[in-house]
Amino acid sequence: MSATMTQRRPRRGFSPAATLVLLVGAVYCLIPVVWVVMAASKSPRELFTSFSFAPGTGFIDNFMALATYGGGVFWRWGLNSVLYAGVGAVLSTLVSAMAGYALAKFNFRGREFLFGAILAGVLVPGIVIAVPQYLLLANLGIAGTYWSVLLPSIINPFGIFLCRVFAQAAVPTDTLEAARLDGGGELRIFFTIVLPMMAQGLVTVFLLQFVGIWNNFLLPFIMLSNQDLYPITLGLYSFLSRGAGDSDLYPLVIMGSAVSVIPLIVLVMILQRFWRADLLAGGLKG
Amino acid sequence: MTTITPRRRRLNLRGALTPWLFAFPAIVLFTAFLVIPIAYSIFLSFRGYQVEGGGAYGRRVEGFVGIDNYVGAITNPELLAGFGRVLIYGAIAIPTVLGLALLFALLLDAPKARLTGFSRTAIFVPYAVPGVIASLLWGFMYLPSTSPMSYIAREFGGSSFDFFGYPALYFSLANIALWSGVGFNMIIIYTSLRAIPSEIYEAARIDGASEMKIALRIKIPLVLPAIVLTGLFSVIGTLQLYSEPATLRPLASTISSTWVPLMAIYQEAFTNDNLGGAAAASVLLAGGTLVLSVVILRFFQRRTFGDAE
Repeated sequence: MSATMTQRRPRRGFSPAATLVLLVGAVYCLIPVVWVVMAASKSPRELFTSFSFAPGTGFIDNFMALATYGGGVFWRWGLNSVLYAGVGAVLSTLVSAMAGYALAKFNFRGREFLFGAILAGVLVPGIVIAVPQYLLLANLGIAGTYWSVLLPSIINPFGIFLCRVFAQAAVPTDTLEAARLDGGGELRIFFTIVLPMMAQGLVTVFLLQFVGIWNNFLLPFIMLSNQDLYPITLGLYSFLSRGAGDSDLYPLVIMGSAVSVIPLIVLVMILQRFWRADLLAGGLKG
Repeated sequence: MTTITPRRRRLNLRGALTPWLFAFPAIVLFTAFLVIPIAYSIFLSFRGYQVEGGGAYGRRVEGFVGIDNYVGAITNPELLAGFGRVLIYGAIAIPTVLGLALLFALLLDAPKARLTGFSRTAIFVPYAVPGVIASLLWGFMYLPSTSPMSYIAREFGGSSFDFFGYPALYFSLANIALWSGVGFNMIIIYTSLRAIPSEIYEAARIDGASEMKIALRIKIPLVLPAIVLTGLFSVIGTLQLYSEPATLRPLASTISSTWVPLMAIYQEAFTNDNLGGAAAASVLLAGGTLVLSVVILRFFQRRTFGDAE
């Protein structure tokens, strides 16, 4: 969004209607977040009797119940999520950057075919292939392991597509040729010249993929059976489905939702300053 | 001459290999996790169990069954009903999400709006909330015993809202999609609005055009590519609807185990052990999504970028 920051427009006049509509949208988007924080502070009895937006008295009890549940399995899920999303997004960004750079800056036979295949990959609904992915990984004996969630998360056709768009725009061919004349190796040129030039676009690709992996539910749901490897989304889901008809687990689920939502919101609010949404919009013209 | 040629050839070879080496990790992963699963899925979709021999002694043998699985998928009432439900859901969710995203983006860009920094960030916040957790939050806000809306209604002598009944369930689910999706789409549209040079509006303003007219006549046509992109993502996301209804299921008895196509596919594959049927349904779903995406892109590409080509 840095493009937004550079192009400030003069604010003239004041429209109460426009401001009000935006504020209504803002309140609508914040209500569930406020609600979950309030609900997390309620003792199980208060949860079902007192008004939802009134704070309760059980915050610490609920937090301790969540923190110690199943020997602290909640923290393990949190770490798993960080591992899947963090490592997955870093590797995904690197793989996408390399492929996007190759597609943008080299003329080679088969380039159009490769690019067409990747474009088609953007349109193939990723979730639909989760079942065959499971069967294949089960044959290889790695279904149900960390790898079974991490490896499929690395390939991101849309990320490759964005990296190609960005390499075309941000990496001048003259610079590459000058570096080659100076005798720089291709890998060195890539890591010391190309990657820094693409950095801004790469933040966008990283952020999209990080949130995408963090939010992905079906892939870990299909791949994993061992609760210790669950990411946080699947863990909370398993809480709720186990507690069906048993409302004792509700405070735990609500506390878990609150604890897992807050850090991610903070992360996205920090990172949104650096990401380039105009890349996404511009990508379609390419 | 003979001394130079081999060297030059080796150099050329290295030059030709470089892009492939850079693309190599992506190609390997793309092949392993997209191409092969798709091919395997297509292969499986033609296979299934057949009863060999006669009567009670018939053996179930795995083999090619032609298009039986596809016939089965097309005539499976649960799967068809799931598609129907996704269509209703999409018809409510997609226009609402895109319409409000466009409205918010235009208002953020309007020179007379205030507090836009706060509103923009607040509306974007739900993007950071995973679909499962968004469904949990709204699920509890829908559940009669914990719902603030129902609490207020009861205080005023009414009764709890039935958010999980029909047809309210469609709107309840569409509301989760709206909450989760409006901010992300708004940011994409808003950023492309910002990329328009403001000189374009100046002339219109001098001519006395209202902000409303500028928005309708200048801004919306110029950001149409961004709207098409967000629309395409929304369509793909809608066909893949899974985690929201699956998460709400323990709370809402009205959501069956095959409520949307992906839930039906999951059930076929893992509960009914009918991999062929699940594969055929997956292929149909993927094919349908692909065709729909290409139609949408082609249609708009001709209209929005026709003059550029």
